Amino acid sequence: MSGETEASLPKITVRVERGGESGLTFRVIPCLDVKDGRVVKGIQFKNLRDLGDPAESARRYAEQGADEIVFLDITAAPEGRDTDLDWVRRTAEQVFIPLSVGGGVRKLDDAARLLRAGADKVATNTAAIERPELLTELAEHFGSQCVVLSVDAKRLTGSDQPPAWDVVTHGGRKARNMDVLEWIERGVELGAGEILLTSIDADGTRDGYDLELMRRVTRQVSVPVIASGGAGNLDHLADAMEAGASAVLAASIFHEGTYTVAEVKHRLRQRGFAMREEIG
Amino acid sequence: MSDPRSAAPGHRVVVIDAGVGNLGNLMRALAHLGAEAELTVDPEVVAGARCLVLPGVGAFRPPRENLRGEMETAVRRALDAGAYLLGICVGYQLLFDASDEFGSTDGLGLLPGQVQRLPDGVSLPQIGWNQLVDVRDEHPLFRGLEAGSHFYFVHTYAPLEVPESAVLARAKHGTTFVAVAGRDRVFGTQFHPEKSGANGLRLIENFLEMAHEADSSH
Repeated sequence: MSGETEASLPKITVRVERGGESGLTFRVIPCLDVKDGRVVKGIQFKNLRDLGDPAESARRYAEQGADEIVFLDITAAPEGRDTDLDWVRRTAEQVFIPLSVGGGVRKLDDAARLLRAGADKVATNTAAIERPELLTELAEHFGSQCVVLSVDAKRLTGSDQPPAWDVVTHGGRKARNMDVLEWIERGVELGAGEILLTSIDADGTRDGYDLELMRRVTRQVSVPVIASGGAGNLDHLADAMEAGASAVLAASIFHEGTYTVAEVKHRLRQRGFAMREEIG
Repeated sequence: MSDPRSAAPGHRVVVIDAGVGNLGNLMRALAHLGAEAELTVDPEVVAGARCLVLPGVGAFRPPRENLRGEMETAVRRALDAGAYLLGICVGYQLLFDASDEFGSTDGLGLLPGQVQRLPDGVSLPQIGWNQLVDVRDEHPLFRGLEAGSHFYFVHTYAPLEVPESAVLARAKHGTTFVAVAGRDRVFGTQFHPEKSGANGLRLIENFLEMAHEADSSH
């Protein structure tokens, strides 16, 4: 637990997700990086540690009130390997909240196999950069609602210009020389129904999300944006939602037991953010 | 997150495959509840069913066209013989008189009302968990569910104008829309109960129970 006390929390009016009158809640999404069918965690995709069985972890988070689970198969992109889908199937048999799976989605058939195995949404990153029409094909076949464009952003440094971010892939190892804002806008036009936006600079640091990036992106597109990379405490989650995120994705704060999902949602609700009531 | 595998023991349910979307997770939810679920494209199987589920995702027109003809007749035959029907998401929208998506398309007319686009000014499609309001909480469909329960929605259109007698619950996104409707033995939810955690499973279970009780009392 953090050292915050209830008294130190500012009282604010109830916030709801972007736009007028709606009962839509913010979403809190644990992210599970999966390698060879096991949950792993490393800083900036390096020094991986085994954190257990994906289905078991997902079920535990769902019981705590997670609003969705995102799985990223982190081995799929670098090694060009297909995802073994048994763990997706086992998860979908026991977890009845939305499941998103990314990693290795290069063509329609990859997405179809994930959806058949039990994913509700598929996330694509590198393949969409290399062949942007993939987004349109996915949207036309399965609907935009199950197409998540995952974008890894790296802040361009050492410039007097206003902040800008470059699209990177392969865990940040490969620069794409594409402007993040332009790519996201194009991705939405092509069919992406949701953006999973990861700051590679912040990922794994637990120093907070890149809020400037979040504000810029959420001002630019109307589809939901999931903030990812850098969550270390409750303030970070609240800040990202204030910056326009529809959902906050976090890994280590949940995996390492800093907070349970239930604690996070309870505290965010106390701060006035609309949250789904978790079930006891 | 739910009582495992005993909630609806052996309850038989026929799921209509209207040729759109991925029905695996609905089938998994029914299996989790212990129901004996059959996915079918066969109008004869549908006509003989006592308990039907009509799912759907995406746009209104493709499943509407797929149902036209024999399958639509089969659904009406089953209902005339006393079957219960639950529509989910686009399958729910199909139950109404008509939808404004793509100009205007007629629905199955099993529930009174019009499906219309949600107003601009909120994020569309609505993707996420929203709360039911104005819940007809004495209705058996809501047995065991608390007031203000959240369910998982993915949609841009929804029934906005429905006679009060058929409204079972509403939700708000830009405007107030009808999130659950029902008349006689025909029910529907705009949200995905199969993706709405324990609340959603409970609602499916309640529907199966209603159909099963009616069937056993025959």
